[in-house]
Amino acid sequence: MRQSIAIVGALAIVIGSLCGQAAAKDAATAEFDKFREVMEDSNPAELFEAKGEDLWQAKRGPKQVALAESCDLGLGIGVVKGAYVQMPRYFADAGKVMDAERRIVWCMVEKQGFSAEELFRTPFANENFTPEPTSLVTYVAGASRNMKIAVPISEPHVQDTYQLGREVFSFRAGPYDFACATCHGEDGKRIRMQQLPNLAKKDEAIRAYQGWPGYRMTGGFMLTQQWRMNDCFRQQRFPEPRYLSDTVTSLLTYLTANANGNVYKGPGIKR
Amino acid sequence: MADPMKIRAQMKGDICDIKILMSHPMETGQRKDSDGKVVPAHFIQSLSVDLNGKTVISGQTGTSISRNPVFGFKVKGAKAGDKVTVNWLDNKGDKRTDEATVG
Amino acid sequence: MNIVRRNLLRSAGAGGALAAMLAAGILKPTAVLAAEWNKNAFEAKDTAGAVKALGASSAAENKDLSMTAPEIAENGAVVPIEVISKLPGTTSISILVDKNPFPLSASFDFAEGGIPEVAVRLKLSQTSLVKAVAKTADGKFYTVQKEVKVTVGGCGG
Repeated sequence: MRQSIAIVGALAIVIGSLCGQAAAKDAATAEFDKFREVMEDSNPAELFEAKGEDLWQAKRGPKQVALAESCDLGLGIGVVKGAYVQMPRYFADAGKVMDAERRIVWCMVEKQGFSAEELFRTPFANENFTPEPTSLVTYVAGASRNMKIAVPISEPHVQDTYQLGREVFSFRAGPYDFACATCHGEDGKRIRMQQLPNLAKKDEAIRAYQGWPGYRMTGGFMLTQQWRMNDCFRQQRFPEPRYLSDTVTSLLTYLTANANGNVYKGPGIKR
Repeated sequence: MADPMKIRAQMKGDICDIKILMSHPMETGQRKDSDGKVVPAHFIQSLSVDLNGKTVISGQTGTSISRNPVFGFKVKGAKAGDKVTVNWLDNKGDKRTDEATVG
Repeated sequence: MNIVRRNLLRSAGAGGALAAMLAAGILKPTAVLAAEWNKNAFEAKDTAGAVKALGASSAAENKDLSMTAPEIAENGAVVPIEVISKLPGTTSISILVDKNPFPLSASFDFAEGGIPEVAVRLKLSQTSLVKAVAKTADGKFYTVQKEVKVTVGGCGG
């Protein structure tokens, strides 16, 4: 079943670009965009933002410490405003370039004493459960609403990670010999009703970033960029990437830095 | 008590525009979980919107309302500083009350 | 609670005696919520049955009752619908999804101060007509409907 979906997906890309159906489908996309605005005006993501704020402020974990008083997201301990759009960035205390979710989990483990194993066991939301990092990421992301994306790309560690991300983006692997670039490396592609932005292009890279973390209408739960990368790997029939791994961070660094300068609109809504 | 709602009440001319986000699974009772078990129906059945303690709008809802419901209402006779209270009650007897000040 | 009051509360909350009491400002908010859920209407398996259980007799279309709905919904799980009644003396608006297993999705009653304009987000199991039925103080019913196509999403987003 998953195999045939991949083949159908690949065919849809080809057919979509060959046939004149493009015009009719764009009308549908315009309709979607119009109603997306209605949905984003009151977005259930706000419920998770509120939950994330509570989690950020409360003294929690075995060490009974609040993230608000212990976690540095790059702009100083406890500073949340503007931090999301300046990640991924290099954190000297961890010796790593980290994206927002990775850094938040690092803080939960190192500062609050939560078990990394527990957090890695169920990293992504479903109909019945939203992991705490997801709500925290939503809160932190919300605090960068309407701010310009500014990954510190000239910093040497970030620069290295960016280059690695670019390699990963075009690395072909898996049973279908796909790379991210297969779907996201050319103009005007689509899978069923979703437009595929050409993420290698600076002016389209924003489309990979905007709207994440997003409240997904299918199922009704909150998903983050870490989830999106994981799901892309699944759709390419790659082995599952480890949650918060260097590979995922490098991809997020590449994609986010490509969108530098664009204004981030905050947590969004996804299909 | 259930998770809090988000309520926005904003004056637009002489009409108060109210937007409510509720946190609720709104399970239809027809969905099967990953282990094949039917998830029992769990949904909001009634709600009310009160202005300064008096109900101006009441509603009953069913399982066709989306998860994490969003409602938009309009009220007249309100002014900035007034209190809007929203109540809901679900089929399991869970309830929630939240309020907002009209801006 | 006396018998009369209990029986009144037991009557259909949507479109029943409760609505009249609400309009008259007699009921307290907690009583409104405790009113028995209109099972007959909400568990009716077709629109006709639901409409009947709401007490709505033949409903006429009227330009003063309008609906905004997407022609194509990006996702059947969350379809934004708005119903606006400019009919004088509108006391209630009910919204139904024709092809859903249980068509009646919501029913709202308006007291003094409540404007008969509502925005909801519905689940649509498939492409379907979405219908609204409005009741006015003189006991008349009106209706409006729109077809909403439901698509299957893609891989991204």
